[in-house]
Amino acid sequence: MAGTGTFADRVFRSVLIVLSSTVILIVVSMVAMMVWTSLPTIRMFGLEFLYSGEWQPASNVFGALPFIYGTIVSSLIAILIAVPISLGIAIFLVEQAPKSISSPAAFLVELLAAIPSVVYGLWGIFVLAPFIRNYLGPFFQDYFGWLPLFQGRLTGFGMLTGGIIMAIMVTPIITAVVRDVLEVVPNTQRDAALALGATKWETTLIVLQNASSGIAGAVVLGLGRALGETMAVTMVIGNSPQITASLFEPAYTIASVLAANFGEASDRLYLSALVEMGLVLFLVTFVVNALAKVLVLGVAKGTNAASKA
Amino acid sequence: MMDRNTHSRRKLVSGAMTLITAACAIAAIIVLVLILTYIAAKGLTTINYEFLTDTPKPVGEGGGIGNAIMGSALMTLLATAIGLPIGIGAGVYLAEFGENIFGNTVRFLADTLIGVPSIIVGIFIYTLIVLPMGRQSGLAGALSLAIIMIPIVARTTEEMIRLVPQSMREGALALGAPQWRVTWNIVMPAAASGIATGAMLSIARISGETAPLLFTALNSRFYNYFFDQPMASLTVQIYNYATGPFEIEHQMAWAATLILVGLILVINVLVRFLTKKKY
Repeated sequence: MAGTGTFADRVFRSVLIVLSSTVILIVVSMVAMMVWTSLPTIRMFGLEFLYSGEWQPASNVFGALPFIYGTIVSSLIAILIAVPISLGIAIFLVEQAPKSISSPAAFLVELLAAIPSVVYGLWGIFVLAPFIRNYLGPFFQDYFGWLPLFQGRLTGFGMLTGGIIMAIMVTPIITAVVRDVLEVVPNTQRDAALALGATKWETTLIVLQNASSGIAGAVVLGLGRALGETMAVTMVIGNSPQITASLFEPAYTIASVLAANFGEASDRLYLSALVEMGLVLFLVTFVVNALAKVLVLGVAKGTNAASKA
Repeated sequence: MMDRNTHSRRKLVSGAMTLITAACAIAAIIVLVLILTYIAAKGLTTINYEFLTDTPKPVGEGGGIGNAIMGSALMTLLATAIGLPIGIGAGVYLAEFGENIFGNTVRFLADTLIGVPSIIVGIFIYTLIVLPMGRQSGLAGALSLAIIMIPIVARTTEEMIRLVPQSMREGALALGAPQWRVTWNIVMPAAASGIATGAMLSIARISGETAPLLFTALNSRFYNYFFDQPMASLTVQIYNYATGPFEIEHQMAWAATLILVGLILVINVLVRFLTKKKY
């Protein structure tokens, strides 16, 4: 009886191990296939691929710099907008609002994350881009037009539009992680601060201090999502590989050049260049996500230790 | 007097910060409401029976998204059939046996895979399936979606199984049940509703994916029931209509979006309702 049990146990566990290995297999073969496919451009251009600004597929010249620039700048815009708002929402939901309000409000904010990227893109094309072209853009050009940031042609499709739409998309993600992190902070800390006469906001500041590395993790995680955001950005950023200081000029990101051009990459070298950019994006998001995880875990462990001590 | 001043200032700051943080939450909810009402207002005017069942026609001749709905359903179904068992199996392993190097590696890679942009998955499947096969196919699309689904299901399943009290496992083991029976007949049924909600959310997630389908499943103008052929999907159809030049296409994009978002919201609200009753 015990014998059949241990045999069946071994079978059961082996099946589960095989299923789990799929995850490892996927990641390993992902890297392998992408390295293999991008070998031609890796051999041909080496590191120059990353800092050359020339992108002329027709004459087989491939430099990824405009796309790397567009990806970084649009993601930074998104993070600059999304972080303060996400912090505000998370603080309100965890520290300030009564449960009867915070629970439904939290659900509504989470719904923002459930809306597909392509839908944000559609909304961006027909609502956000006209708004920026007709209202936000002229406003900034009238009052701050002397700054290179706000010069250039106003089409509504450009770096800023891409950044704003990404900000809307990463806000619920950052909010969710910050909420988790705040909820891990032990209540004894809040009670202690309140007992010493601190106001609600002063108590919140103490909680934030204790959760700071987790909050940093949430920001990094949001950055990772922004870097890889594809459809919505492709639809509103204007898709033009140029490096300008203007926020209103069209730009391009790695993810959006892949979405827009991958289907027509019949040439072996062109395909290789696109896949190499995909590989760069993969490695960057991989590292960024790993960093976020370490930061968030740090705070969770720290508070456990603190509450035990 | 001095004390009273600082005290009232501190209270003022505290009150102001409550208002500011509340404003952030309200702003996010307003954006959500704006987007949803706009979709509803724009989409409702175009939806009718023909639109829901017909195939795309040249501009001006009507047409619909019937084949796109069918394609999305078929690919989501196949992706779920592949991704769900693998994801749940991995999740069970991680929760019940996963405290070792192998388990930690799988957990770490699953977490990072969740954060990998979905377009990268599309590129991977393109190089792995589409290039050797020589054409885009529903199979390639479904596999992309399955890869996105697996890590999500694995991690939610693990979380749900960890919620099952240790005493239930110990009780069953003490009665002489082998480990696999404890996991299969005691732990998994106890976590079943949690696993199911996780699965539903992951289905909602993949049904909204566009990027991994663009060059794996491509698109099709016809009803297609064969996975070795290019297949239409709701999301790619929305993308094509949205970026097309004609007003009528834009209307169809909104209408298709209403169907997609409606479906995803129903799943999310349903999950919320189910889990609220449970815990």
